[in-house]
Amino acid sequence: MNKCDALIIGGSAGSLDVLLKVLPALSPDLSFPIVVVIHRKVGSDSLLPELLAGRTKLMVKEIDEKEPVKPGVIYIAPSDYHTLIEQDHTFSLDYSEKINYSRPAIDATFQTAAEVYKEKLVGLLLSGSNADGVNGLISVKAWGGITVIQDPQSAQVAYMPAQAAIQVKIDYVLPIEDIADFINLLS
Amino acid sequence: MNIELPVISDTQVEILLADLLEHYGYDFTGYSKASIKRRILRLYALDKAVSFAEFRYRINNDNFYFKRFVEQITVNVTEMFRDPMFFKTLRNVVLPKLGTYPLIRIWLAGCSTGEEAYSMAILLKELNLLNKALIYATDLNPVVLEKAGHGMFGMSQMKQYSENYILSGGTNDFSSYYTANYSLAKFNDELRSKIIFSTHNLVSDHSFNEFQLILCRNVLIYFDRELQHKVLQLFDDSLEGLGYLALGTKETLDFSQVSKRYKRIPGEKIWRKVN
Repeated sequence: MNKCDALIIGGSAGSLDVLLKVLPALSPDLSFPIVVVIHRKVGSDSLLPELLAGRTKLMVKEIDEKEPVKPGVIYIAPSDYHTLIEQDHTFSLDYSEKINYSRPAIDATFQTAAEVYKEKLVGLLLSGSNADGVNGLISVKAWGGITVIQDPQSAQVAYMPAQAAIQVKIDYVLPIEDIADFINLLS
Repeated sequence: MNIELPVISDTQVEILLADLLEHYGYDFTGYSKASIKRRILRLYALDKAVSFAEFRYRINNDNFYFKRFVEQITVNVTEMFRDPMFFKTLRNVVLPKLGTYPLIRIWLAGCSTGEEAYSMAILLKELNLLNKALIYATDLNPVVLEKAGHGMFGMSQMKQYSENYILSGGTNDFSSYYTANYSLAKFNDELRSKIIFSTHNLVSDHSFNEFQLILCRNVLIYFDRELQHKVLQLFDDSLEGLGYLALGTKETLDFSQVSKRYKRIPGEKIWRKVN
């Protein structure tokens, strides 16, 4: 496998529980950034980063606009903005139309990251009840990146990873208990 | 799987932006690249462009299509009383301070289709300040300003806007501010009478007045750092001492040279010019 320069994790309904299980088992010195884009309510801003920070030794922070993307940090996409990644490895935020009824849209982050990190990007799609992220994984694949889904059978809501499995060539299908090891081995 | 590699490259985006500057005087070169590329790709797909050459030709030679291009590559998503807590602070803290002035001049930069301008007019009215206030609402895009001037928004939004209004501390019946006309809500002329809609391009136009309050929310996120610096300087030049500058939830003054003259209202993206 190519060296990983960035891991983007997308999810919706049922994905928070997965993150809460995976984060404690992550190595504290990962050599790449993790960007987490999960659907959530507007205005619940500071709660999610705090919740996740309590589960890992890695630094967890909500993304600020124009912030550089640094290795070893878990970045959380803010609610009600799309998170984009620029060619100079900084974040941009965008308040354009919802995509797949979602803002943040997983597709927007996957698609812009795919063009930046190309074959060194890993896109992981977790449990969820709509197909946001599927077009994004198509882009990740088209640019030579690695596509990964949570095993739909292990997902609280299987629709999102199941749709990805139908529409995209998936490189790895992982049950929850294998996700942390997989991420650690990317380092 | 027909949405694989993007049909427009970064170089082609640069070409289009250079064309716009050369032929129309619109400078988008300081915009964040990822965002503007997404907008261009979206329009390219939406309008089923056949080739980049044809797309480029139309933008450069068809004035009508050029207007559509500018409207579509800029983001015009907005709502009334968005971030209700922000409006609550305006209502309880900022506007009462400005109420002592004989004339209150407010600049709403990047007003898009006008939802925030009407929200501001409602706040001023409820504080009995509307009669001595003027709201200058500007945008680079004449198409959205024309919509804004009509003061008509979809009835389907009114439930959400009414909830925002109540959360912002509003106690009136929100529907008293508009007349329902089939699918549209037409906001009262009294609110409209204190708003001046006008084109202004933050990239290329200069300061045009002095204000006690400048609002520019979710516009700077589309600019690169250099352009953000320039625009914040423009706001500083346009703001009176003790005036207020309000930015969007994820925007900040912190990195800018002008920040040393400003004091932030705790917990809000509102800064007061203190010296």
